[in-house]
Amino acid sequence: MKWEVVIGLETHAQLSTASKIFSGASTAFGAEPNTQACAVDLALPGVLPVLNKGAVERAIRFGLAVGAKINRRSIFARKNYFYPDLPKGYQISQYELPIVEGGSMTVLVGDTEKTVRLTRAHLEEDAGKSLHEDHHGATGIDLNRAGTPLLEIVTEPDMRSSAEAVAYAKALHALVRWIDICDGNMQEGSFRCDANVSVRPAGTDKLGTRCEIKNLNSFRFLEKAIEYEVRRQIEVIEDGGKIVQETRLYDPDKDETRSMRSKEDAHDYRYFPDPDLLPLEISEKLLTEVEENLPELPQQKKKRFVENYRLSLTEARLLTSSYNIAGYFEGVAKTSLMDGESLGSADFKLCASWVINDIAAKMNEEENLPPWAFRVSSETVGHIIRRVREGIINAKTGKELLVRFWDEGQRKSAQSGGYIHGGYLQQVDELIRDEGLSQVSDGSAIEKIVDDVIQANAQQVADFRAGKEKAFNSLVGQVMKATKGKANPQQVNDILKRKLAE
Amino acid sequence: MLHATLKQLSDGLTSGKFSSVEVTQYFIKRINDLNKSLNCFISVDAERSLAQARAADALRAAGNAQRLTGVPLAQKDIFCARGWLTTCGSKMLSNFVSPYDAHVIERFNAAGAVNLGKTNMDEFAMGSSNETSFYGPVRNPWDRERVPGGSSGGSAAAVAARLAPAATGTDTGGSIRQPAALTGICGLKPTYGLVSRYGMIAFASSLDQGGPMARTAEDLGLMLNVMAGFDTRDSTSLQRDTEDYNRDLTKPLAGLRVGLPKEFFAAGASADVIKAVEGAVAEYRKLGGEIVDVSLPNMALSVPVYYVLAPAEASSNLSRFDGVRYGYRTSDYGNLAEMYEKTRAEGFGAEVKRRILIGAYVLSHGYYDAYYIRAQKLRRLIAQDFVEAFKTCDVIMGPTSPSTAFKIGEKSGDPVQMYLSDIYTIAVNLAGLPGMSIPCGFDSGGLPVGLQIIGNYFSEARMLNVAHQYQLATDWHVKMPPGCEAFKS
Repeated sequence: MKWEVVIGLETHAQLSTASKIFSGASTAFGAEPNTQACAVDLALPGVLPVLNKGAVERAIRFGLAVGAKINRRSIFARKNYFYPDLPKGYQISQYELPIVEGGSMTVLVGDTEKTVRLTRAHLEEDAGKSLHEDHHGATGIDLNRAGTPLLEIVTEPDMRSSAEAVAYAKALHALVRWIDICDGNMQEGSFRCDANVSVRPAGTDKLGTRCEIKNLNSFRFLEKAIEYEVRRQIEVIEDGGKIVQETRLYDPDKDETRSMRSKEDAHDYRYFPDPDLLPLEISEKLLTEVEENLPELPQQKKKRFVENYRLSLTEARLLTSSYNIAGYFEGVAKTSLMDGESLGSADFKLCASWVINDIAAKMNEEENLPPWAFRVSSETVGHIIRRVREGIINAKTGKELLVRFWDEGQRKSAQSGGYIHGGYLQQVDELIRDEGLSQVSDGSAIEKIVDDVIQANAQQVADFRAGKEKAFNSLVGQVMKATKGKANPQQVNDILKRKLAE
Repeated sequence: MLHATLKQLSDGLTSGKFSSVEVTQYFIKRINDLNKSLNCFISVDAERSLAQARAADALRAAGNAQRLTGVPLAQKDIFCARGWLTTCGSKMLSNFVSPYDAHVIERFNAAGAVNLGKTNMDEFAMGSSNETSFYGPVRNPWDRERVPGGSSGGSAAAVAARLAPAATGTDTGGSIRQPAALTGICGLKPTYGLVSRYGMIAFASSLDQGGPMARTAEDLGLMLNVMAGFDTRDSTSLQRDTEDYNRDLTKPLAGLRVGLPKEFFAAGASADVIKAVEGAVAEYRKLGGEIVDVSLPNMALSVPVYYVLAPAEASSNLSRFDGVRYGYRTSDYGNLAEMYEKTRAEGFGAEVKRRILIGAYVLSHGYYDAYYIRAQKLRRLIAQDFVEAFKTCDVIMGPTSPSTAFKIGEKSGDPVQMYLSDIYTIAVNLAGLPGMSIPCGFDSGGLPVGLQIIGNYFSEARMLNVAHQYQLATDWHVKMPPGCEAFKS
């Protein structure tokens, strides 16, 4: 039998507020255990929650970015259960009336676009952490994370393969960083997914029994966990068994999912509206404010890059894969303009090629480089491109400068422990002057060198004349070598062709 | 000093008749002598109180005294006070020394008042007799075989017996007003949101409200002036202009429309109670009031509605007492589940457990709509009754409690009978309105009767005016329980 896979995702995105969702304690990651837990986070007797407006603004931001309905009135509810890292014995979440409802995301799976509908997104607080090691058999509790603001983003069961699920998760990950509501750091748990997976005979409508795989904190684990789970479910059904609705955990070491608890053990969370918090009312003013501060979204930017900058769809997609890359590209384009040029006449194709090929290549050389940590500023790169376009240096020299600056930035950053750009705009011109990097466009000088090269390489000249095209490139190489790479390549080509044809 | 009101003590401190240290020492001595037989206080710390008194005297000497600087007050043990054992009447918190001050405590500290000690109360404020306290029942100074009411029974008895000139209480379903009535003192539950709940250990968050307990209406106003005020740490705290709640004390009552709900006078209250309340109503007529008949048709539903909503909130509010971070933890357990079970089984008393069970039940899947949601709808109807009633009257009057103080043990075996002792007070909490109780007579056995005055939202100043004018014309509030004059009981 052919099976269809049905997947829905629930994603917890940690909102990038400086303080917690209901207290003033810091949300910074990595502090000594329990040093960032105040009286409210510890749930001392008598303490009360106060909602962080920053978390609300971020939730609204997200809702607007996915075209969802922002509920002008939403309710915080208590989800009651006992666990040592849940200090109050309940989690404050939103249940019946979430702040964001509906919306959708369009994502690229291979070459086709896929729309995933969102059910809702709601605000809630994170729990603390239980530490089972290093406590002599006891369990340690760290409440630094308790009360960290989360946006739980829930999709409809719209995805049909692990590839679609990963594509959606990646797009969502890019979006939350794009609109600057979450740092997206998956190692630190700032962005984690739960996958609801079921299978059904292809061509049928009724949903199969689903299993929820919890806490997948990398795209690879998300993909592998879904793939394992799909195989497992199909095997169970084909062997005449039935899928039991349950929560499962993915073990990346064994590449398998394991049962955590079944529906029968499921908690009755006894949700009810939190009487300590009034219903959350969102004013027209706040909504307008957030809307006005919303950056241009990836879809809009992509469209603009294609329509106004005449880039290909692929180029536009690559350049809008993150907010930082897109901004960098536009910065490069702006400073690449020659005197008297307006943005409309920029060579966007050239700038795109530098950013997509050269910059991206350098970014990829370093592991764990933050997506915004370009080693050379967009202004410097733009200026190099400008000098290339002006014919002052050739492209090869330009790219050598880029690599030189980049490596310098990397070195300086490593020394200082911060992020420092290598090179600077004026330095481009200083080096061209001091090191004589200007390309040789003096026709008579090039002609002389070409004559020398032809004379010294009789064999290659003969080969070329005998029809071996490759010999031509070798001759160009000889000319460039003789000019230390500074000759204008177009002129070398033209002169060499002319002379060989003589 | 024995009969001095808070106002008189404040005046005496201002004029230099005595110092805060002298006043504080006087009350500490009274506590030492009488608390054994009354059990009003859970914690007393003479050194700490006297240190505050000395600081208050220094403040006064420097010319920085405020109205309540140097006066000693008793604090209900539900308010967290830094460095003080804060038990909420429970074994669960029998070892909890609070690392922080409740908003109310902060305000009194800033005003320079002295904390005389923490008063006994029903466990987690769940009770109407003070019998559910882990620290044993408080005895009513008017008859030590009887209860002082609850849950603020320790505060009420302490004020009645002159162990403190005034005290704080909290009122979720009548916990200030009912013990005030049963001990012959005054108590005010303000409009919900007027006094911050920050640091006040939660029982039922949507109903809990702190308020003053004292011997005169004027003293209540002095206390409320300090206690009330916006607090950013309580999201249900209301942002309002500061007011002097005693500003209208002297206004004559001519034209005051006194609403008498027929439901308050139907069968249920004892004849003695009705007689005393009717006497008070007659007095108000003399003072210029006109009587208006009003109706609160849904009032009968308030007890069942309350006993769905309050336990629901309590079951969740009390989840934090799990033995993990502070408070009582069972000594012997093999795993996490056992630690939870035994800690909570041993740490909570029977009434608290009963309410947690009721609360968990009404919130559970499949019962939520039938109980919690319906109760919320009825709560709105009950509040609407008051809105209607206040269209034709300025204040509503009736009994505070259906009976005078009952015997210790008399109702403790019958929760429903116990719950019914709050029948006249609960609706006020459900509506979020201010309500108060003032003494208005005695029953045939010599036990005090309380008159309940219910005002419209934020009409505390008017209510204090109404109560003060009555106290100028009558002397019920100056009567003292027998056997409290002497230092030795």
